[in-house]
Amino acid sequence: MSAAAALLPSSALHQDWRKVFRWGLICGGSLIALCLVGMPVELDRREIVERYLSLGYVSVLLVPICAGWVAATQIVLEGFESRKQGLYDLVTGLLVGVLGGGGLSLLMVALDSWNLRDPLVNWSPKLLRFLTYENGMGFGAGAWIITCGVLGLAGASLHVVPRVVRRVVAIVLMGLLALSVLESAVSDLSEGFRLEWLADLIYAKKGGLTLTSALVVGIVMAVVAALTDGRVKAVTNRYREMEGMERQKASIVLFAVVAVLCIVLPIFLGKIMNELLANVGIFLLLALGLNIVVGLAGLLDLGYVAFFAVGGYTTAVLTSPNSPWFAPELHFGVSLIFVVIFAAIVGLIIGAPVIRMRGDYLAIVTLGFGEIIRLLFMSDWLGPYFGGAQGITNVPGVDLGFATVKGTDPRSVFYLVLFFCVIAIYVSWRLQASRLGRAWMAIREDEQVAEAMGINTVSAKLMAFVVGAVLAAFSGAVLAAKVGSIFPTSFMILVSIIILVVVIVGGMGNIAGVLVGSVVLIGVLGGPKQPGLLQEFQNFKLLIYGILLVFMMLKRPEGLVPSARRSRELHQDEFLQDAWLKGDKLGIDDDEIETGHVEEESR
Amino acid sequence: MSSDNGSPKDVTALLEFRQVNTHYGAVHILKDVDLAIYPGELVCLLGGNASGKSTTLKTLLGMVTPTSGEVVLDGEVVNNKPTSYRVVNGVTMVPENRRLFKRLSVKENLELGAYLRNDKEGIAEDLEKIYGLFPRVKERLSQKSGTLSGGEQQMVAIGRALMSRPRVLLMDEPSMGLAPALVQQNFELIQQIHSDGVAIFMVEQNANMALSIADRGWVLQTGRVVLDDTAEALLANPELRASYLGEG
Ligand SMILES: Nc1ncnc2c1ncn2[C@@H]1O[C@H](COP(=O)(O)OP(=O)(O)O)[C@@H](O)[C@H]1O
Ligand SMILES: [Mg+2]
Repeated sequence: MSAAAALLPSSALHQDWRKVFRWGLICGGSLIALCLVGMPVELDRREIVERYLSLGYVSVLLVPICAGWVAATQIVLEGFESRKQGLYDLVTGLLVGVLGGGGLSLLMVALDSWNLRDPLVNWSPKLLRFLTYENGMGFGAGAWIITCGVLGLAGASLHVVPRVVRRVVAIVLMGLLALSVLESAVSDLSEGFRLEWLADLIYAKKGGLTLTSALVVGIVMAVVAALTDGRVKAVTNRYREMEGMERQKASIVLFAVVAVLCIVLPIFLGKIMNELLANVGIFLLLALGLNIVVGLAGLLDLGYVAFFAVGGYTTAVLTSPNSPWFAPELHFGVSLIFVVIFAAIVGLIIGAPVIRMRGDYLAIVTLGFGEIIRLLFMSDWLGPYFGGAQGITNVPGVDLGFATVKGTDPRSVFYLVLFFCVIAIYVSWRLQASRLGRAWMAIREDEQVAEAMGINTVSAKLMAFVVGAVLAAFSGAVLAAKVGSIFPTSFMILVSIIILVVVIVGGMGNIAGVLVGSVVLIGVLGGPKQPGLLQEFQNFKLLIYGILLVFMMLKRPEGLVPSARRSRELHQDEFLQDAWLKGDKLGIDDDEIETGHVEEESR
Repeated sequence: MSSDNGSPKDVTALLEFRQVNTHYGAVHILKDVDLAIYPGELVCLLGGNASGKSTTLKTLLGMVTPTSGEVVLDGEVVNNKPTSYRVVNGVTMVPENRRLFKRLSVKENLELGAYLRNDKEGIAEDLEKIYGLFPRVKERLSQKSGTLSGGEQQMVAIGRALMSRPRVLLMDEPSMGLAPALVQQNFELIQQIHSDGVAIFMVEQNANMALSIADRGWVLQTGRVVLDDTAEALLANPELRASYLGEG
């Protein structure tokens, strides 16, 4: 101790030991839990950098970085000068990491000495091999303690290093990870463009980046990140500050670019990628609808899947020749009219009784309704009409005259769902700015006062239910045409939950957020049954959805892509506080706001 | 009740209660309440906690429906008309504790006050009027209203109510939760709005202050009107002095 004290400035040792210990325990505990859940071993199959780094190791290595980062975050007390970050925090991060690594070492010793396979399925020699890197216990323990310590230190140092460095590191690491995760998409795309050599250059034969390509791409990204520092921010800020015509023009350009990409890209993509895109679209459509109900009107509807089911079953009954009771074999387009009608009716039927309930009660009752609808479709009682557990098969594709949209051609399904998504986005966008949209906002904030302003809260809330129901039903209709059959099991409660997570993670009440949320979550992790890009995650999908939800609610309740208004609100608190600290309650300096802004965004 | 309570005799009341009773479930709240607010008046309703003051306002605005008796607006019985009908016809409330839409901007709050209006020019005109009345509000238009100080929130709450062009403003304990220094300022503001021709029906626990600016007043006790008189008479009333003004 004395030797260390001589080497280090005393400030490094003035630790809040309870905090260090607590976060060390959390770090070690999370690492052990992660291992025992089996994630690292299973994800070990997926290479990130060929032979050097697998997704399994990435998942483990992320823990000490996060723990170090969080442990080194000091609490800023309102109204007090914040202490400078420094050595103190670096040591905190290091110690937290070391404690975490110690936890892993203990796990290794335990794995070696006892067999607890019985209650813990993942208590296996495989896990031990993963942890020791097949190099023996001593090496394993030492390596983990050192690695975790260094990573904890790295996590903590994120607070200290200049913003540019933080940005470059983040972009390079995230970029490489993304490039590797997107391997199948990139290969598929390069095949479509006859650029196979490019994919061969980047990726190893057995999957994952090659070491050289990882280095080269990493350096390129670092240079680009360093050069563009501040520019991206400036451009988005300028866009946000635009008003009227100018903003409209910029929006149109942006929209056109996205539209062209959406239309052209699928042509160059293969079947699997198009299938993935079609799934993303189906869930995006659901999420856009739920965003109106939850995000705009503030009604926490946990039985949203009911409307998805109504759309699917209506389409199946009306178009399939195998419909058990009534088979008019209508065209998809004609059946859509009935889809809208039935969805609206069911929206009213479910909405009317629950609309007078407040938040939590509404959530519970809608949860019940969602299950009831599924059970009704599955029941023997309605079996003669809806096929019970066997569902309805042989749902035809959509005959467009020049082409047929059907499941075997996922590209066409993607275009169909894209069409509906565009409608949904347009409707959401118009509604947001409309009178009804303002009524929803008011109701979301304070229902009683909204009523006192003369807003008809009952009809506004019913409208939210109905619009949401119709969008979900469109999605159900597309699902029926895509899969070619409809079963009650497609409409589990899980669908509601996952869409809700998508909306929350993306950013409630915000169309762009919902878009990003669907693409990232459904595209990468996958839907309730649909695989995503990371098929290895299949078994851990729900775990990750759950962790994401908790994390977002705690750390970033405004979602990944907060709307301009909401981010403005957040920064307002900060700069008001800053201004107050400086004893200057009114004079708010533009520069100050800018820096406060950037700091927050870059974390 | 005294026979001459100081109310104008020869005009139709703007808003009136005739023998109103209300219940929350089985609980009887207002009991045979008679009230009348005439155009351009400044009147107040006094009463202790849970005496039914807020319920009175909600019933006037149609958020609570009376179980018997009549709510009369401009001579018309409006028991079965929705809140929106009353708002359109000039009745507006500033709710207890101001209750702004906290996560919405100041501007959005003001605009929601004009929710039922369709005249764009009129709305813009009224916005300007409110900026003139509260220059501080204009400085903070894009700010989230929850981050305003108490006094500023009061300004926005009143501004939001004025955006519907009320003929009568129902104010639920406007001085509650305000710093003592602001209470006086707040009453002055109320007088100013009143002097622009808006009738004010103010609910207060702060009897002294309220009666000092009001024309007339009522005292409500467990849902029953026990006093109905001019402000001077009420201020002089020994019973009231004993129970509400903290004397005796
Ligand atoms: N929504 C409600 N449901 C049931 N009881 C209520 C409700 N609102 C108020 N009350 C009851 O009615 C009585 C009068 O309330 P209120 O009018 O708010 O009193 P005041 O505004 O004079 O304090 C109180 O006893 C209160 O508990
Ligand atoms: Mg009250």
